Amino acid sequence: MRIEVQAEPFDYGQECSRFTAGCGGAGAVVTFAGIVRNHAGGGLEAMEIEHYPGMTARAITGIAAEARRRWHLCDVLVIHRHGVLEPGEVIMMVATAARHRAEAFAAAEFLMDYLKSRAPFWKKEVGRAGSTWVEARDADEAALDRWGK
Amino acid sequence: MIEVLYFAWVRERIGLPRERMETGAATVSELVEELRAREPRYAAAFADTAALRVAVDQELADFDAPLAGVREVAFFPPMTGG
Repeated sequence: MRIEVQAEPFDYGQECSRFTAGCGGAGAVVTFAGIVRNHAGGGLEAMEIEHYPGMTARAITGIAAEARRRWHLCDVLVIHRHGVLEPGEVIMMVATAARHRAEAFAAAEFLMDYLKSRAPFWKKEVGRAGSTWVEARDADEAALDRWGK
Repeated sequence: MIEVLYFAWVRERIGLPRERMETGAATVSELVEELRAREPRYAAAFADTAALRVAVDQELADFDAPLAGVREVAFFPPMTGG
């Protein structure tokens, strides 16, 4: 299991390859990347991501550990960036490896649902007209219900 | 002494990221009351606690969480990771 919280960009393709190569025994790898949207009209100039340094890695580790309790996973990888990102940049990724795909998919969805509303990150959209904090959506909170919180 | 941290718009409204303070508050809610009473910028930040989340010693907690022995309390809006 590897958890990284960093300001630096990372090579998504390389991380996927490395993760896949390191998963002996796995029959399925699921990967997901979150990207700064390039809104039509191009109003967004940057995404600023703030986090809670003391708590972030610990919170993500807890979420990943819970995923490993729920599913038989060979490995888990989470990389999440903070700082100023431009449209099109990769914000974060998760990768899960399991013997069969159902577990790898379910665990990846679980990780994403929890990272969205339980990992201490806050996104701010910076546009030409000013900047606004991205508001959490009710749907994000509701997504946790299906996992029985 | 307790370390109080603010993130995102809570930090912006109060105008500082963290502060050390002496408090007699027994719970997070009591600490919020104490902060609200300080100055309008605190009252504005804590106007609606339903819009806020709290972490006690870097673990998500409820507003009725006790503060005995606690070193760090953080206030922030709902998280938007991922």
